[in-house]
Amino acid sequence: MSDVGSINERYETGEGVGDASVGDFWALLKPRVMSLVIFTALVGLVLAPGDLHPVLAITALMCIAIGAGASGALNMWYDADIDAMMSRTAKRPVPAGRVTPGEALGFGLMLSAGSVLILGLFVDWLAASLLAFTIFFYAVVYTMWLKRSTPQNIVIGGAAGALPPVIAWAAVTGRVDLAPLSLFLLIFLWTPPHFWALAVLKTRDYARAGVPMLPVVAGERTTRWQILLYSALLVPAGVLPAACGIAGIPYVIVSLVLGLAFVWFAVAIVRAVDQPALAKACGRLFGYSILYLFAMFAMLLVERAAGVAPLPALIGG
Amino acid sequence: MSDIMADENDGVRLTETQRRRRRSRSIAIALVLAGLVVLFYVVTIVKLGPGIMNRPM
Repeated sequence: MSDVGSINERYETGEGVGDASVGDFWALLKPRVMSLVIFTALVGLVLAPGDLHPVLAITALMCIAIGAGASGALNMWYDADIDAMMSRTAKRPVPAGRVTPGEALGFGLMLSAGSVLILGLFVDWLAASLLAFTIFFYAVVYTMWLKRSTPQNIVIGGAAGALPPVIAWAAVTGRVDLAPLSLFLLIFLWTPPHFWALAVLKTRDYARAGVPMLPVVAGERTTRWQILLYSALLVPAGVLPAACGIAGIPYVIVSLVLGLAFVWFAVAIVRAVDQPALAKACGRLFGYSILYLFAMFAMLLVERAAGVAPLPALIGG
Repeated sequence: MSDIMADENDGVRLTETQRRRRRSRSIAIALVLAGLVVLFYVVTIVKLGPGIMNRPM
């Protein structure tokens, strides 16, 4: 593990250039985040009305994934100082000294430009503009500004992670409708409880790194209630895709059951009586939240594959 | 002349691990570039279709 001083020193002297393996550059793309981006974007592609040649659909998906990965690399470049201070992130390639900050920056910028240009030239310029905005929002608005300045960092920053299905929809249709925005809202509202559950577990790390996460700034009690609030908002938001005409009755039933289970996990956090119980409840909600988002989007895919008719659109139809 | 040779000898010497990693990075870059060539070729065919050879002289 290296500290901030040695990271800056390497940045100036170029020491460590050439030490990185292919796996280190792969890690810069945050592959686990990228897999969620690919999956939600795939659902956007499949649900969007219209025809997109399979080759162009794969190209669009690849560009969205690489754009997301590029913003991850830019995030790791800028956040290397605080990553070095946190146990969860200290082994990332830049703070660990395997990739120099300059290499991470160059890698992130090159992939950003490449993914946006290819998406624009080959598929659609609105989708490319949205991808460029997503990268800018994550790397500049969230990473450089919000993350270190406000406890609402991940609430607002969550917009970047919520955009992939909208980009994918735009790639097929050339426009942005209410239907993909309902998917956006779902991921947007899902992000705060997902990250705050993790933040409660890692409060000391965030405090040491000076990151004003909600549990650090507003305290544990407020965070518990905020987790419950956003979890409760997820239940109606989960049904919205059906109201927008892209999901059917099976999805509505599954989304209600999964949404209420989400609230149940959040209630367990509010009711936790001591630190071990709170840590356990937060760990459970964090794990469940990943399963929840995957299952919700998977249900949309399953319905489409099974030929289930979507409900008539109540809004935006 | 001898100074130049000395400078050359003082250049960066890669360790065996660094050499191996450089080789794997080079292979990865080559694969990505080859992939881009294929992608550009296939997308050109997809977007232009049979009209690819039909251009005014």
